[in-house]
Amino acid sequence: MVDLSVEIGKLKLKNPIMTASGTFGYGEEFADFIDLNRLGGIIVKGTTLHHREGNPYPRMAETPSGMLNAVGLQNKGVDYFIEHIYPRIKDLDTRVIVNVSGSCIDDYVAVCEKLSPLDKVAAVEINISCPNVKQGGMGFGTTCSGAESVTSAVRKAYDGTMIVKLTPNVTDITEIARAVEAAGADAVSLTNTFLGMAIDVEKRKPMLSTITGGLSGPCIRPIAVRMVWQVANAVKVPVVGLGGIASGRDAIEFLLAGATAVQIGTANFVDPQVSVKAIDDIEDYLKRHQIASVRELIGGMEV
Amino acid sequence: MTEMDFIVSENLSISPLYGLLKLTPQSGTMPDTYPGQFVQVEVPHSKTTFLRRPISICYVDEERNQLWLLIRKAGEGTASLLATRVGETLNLVMPLGNGFSCSFAGEMILIGGGVGVAPLLQLGKVLSKLGKKVRFLLGARSASDLLLLDEFKRWGEVYISTEDGSEGEKGFVTQHSILNSPIDHIACCGPQPMMKAVAAIAKSKGIDCEVSLENMMACGLGACLCCVEDTADSGHVCVCKEGPVFNINRLKW
Repeated sequence: MVDLSVEIGKLKLKNPIMTASGTFGYGEEFADFIDLNRLGGIIVKGTTLHHREGNPYPRMAETPSGMLNAVGLQNKGVDYFIEHIYPRIKDLDTRVIVNVSGSCIDDYVAVCEKLSPLDKVAAVEINISCPNVKQGGMGFGTTCSGAESVTSAVRKAYDGTMIVKLTPNVTDITEIARAVEAAGADAVSLTNTFLGMAIDVEKRKPMLSTITGGLSGPCIRPIAVRMVWQVANAVKVPVVGLGGIASGRDAIEFLLAGATAVQIGTANFVDPQVSVKAIDDIEDYLKRHQIASVRELIGGMEV
Repeated sequence: MTEMDFIVSENLSISPLYGLLKLTPQSGTMPDTYPGQFVQVEVPHSKTTFLRRPISICYVDEERNQLWLLIRKAGEGTASLLATRVGETLNLVMPLGNGFSCSFAGEMILIGGGVGVAPLLQLGKVLSKLGKKVRFLLGARSASDLLLLDEFKRWGEVYISTEDGSEGEKGFVTQHSILNSPIDHIACCGPQPMMKAVAAIAKSKGIDCEVSLENMMACGLGACLCCVEDTADSGHVCVCKEGPVFNINRLKW
């Protein structure tokens, strides 16, 4: 029997595989395909203080080995989540983590205060990295002072585990990671999507209504692995890795680079069972290499 | 919804642009489907594509346990699907979305254009088996773009519009004389400009009308929120989950 459990600060996960915000709905959408209770965690869709309609269609374009999206945080707001969605998912035997976004610091704080009493919300993931909203989002995540101010404000209002989700669209992601660590983050997750764009050359029109959008999928994986490795070497808090993971092999790559846990995102769209397959793959890998605990893989790259 | 493997039983090239795949489940029988639902097909052997391709259920042959997918070569993904060989395996997520309503009363017509005729074949079959009088109005640029005509003729009367007049009446489907006959219900699938023109006629004549949208989507499961349509009653809703078939009253057309 191999040990798949990992810890993100005080938060224990039964295995390192979580599903990334915005790619897995609230889990229920995938219940026909997998046993949700097998997952290490589910990070639910980005939640804001008020209902958001998101950006106009078209919101996606496929690109080589990946896709661009510009959803723009469409969600029904935190009150709707608490009243209608939380009761349906709170008894799952997995960690339910709520991704929180806002257009100003007070919004982040207000959402986290509302989530704070919910004992089955295992953690919040503070999204300072959404590239598809006009106000807030990535705006907070591209400067040390912006990242620090959101993180420290939420820290005062929320006692539970706080993961801060970083944008890769910066010159030096390690500076941002250090800033949120100093401001009280329990962990960082990276990367969110990479700002990109695509043009329909026949029509001379942008493929997305917002012109630019966030690039995800296997095409970003090597850059995300590099950033996880850099950040893991720069901070003491646990790092949650994501970016193009589509198999257990890919997940292990992030663990070896220094991630304590990982999130699977865009690959859920292609194979709704990819998350549990990745768990099985990791278990097989550990047995094959006679490793007792997945924790031994963390930062285990040999140079 | 389920994820299951199918074997390519037949791959019939209709023209350089169109092909018909007939798929048989690798084991067991396929789940029940409604006309207008779709499947998400994993694309094999494609160098750069990544996502599945959403394809309408064209026809379910219960006797042979076969699922038909009518495919237009639109890019690398669909080209890869049309290049699959008999005996190859394709992974499908199905059935997805909601279908056309089948319980309306009165005179109906099913209007299709281009590859959008696909779901109307299964719809026509189901309606015909329910004892309803089925009429199809099929439009295309030219006679060579008309797809599966013999199959449509099995299940109802077929009226044709071609833009160049090479078969049926010359012009767009919206100009066809059959639309002057009494009609209570329209089911429509085709290019968006055509569906909008049909919807405008339906509204002006007070005809109940459903259209099947093909907004670009990633997951097909209501998770990614990419394929949204702006509705009059609920704002942005997922076409993959609440559609692809919508009554035009819900749309801001």
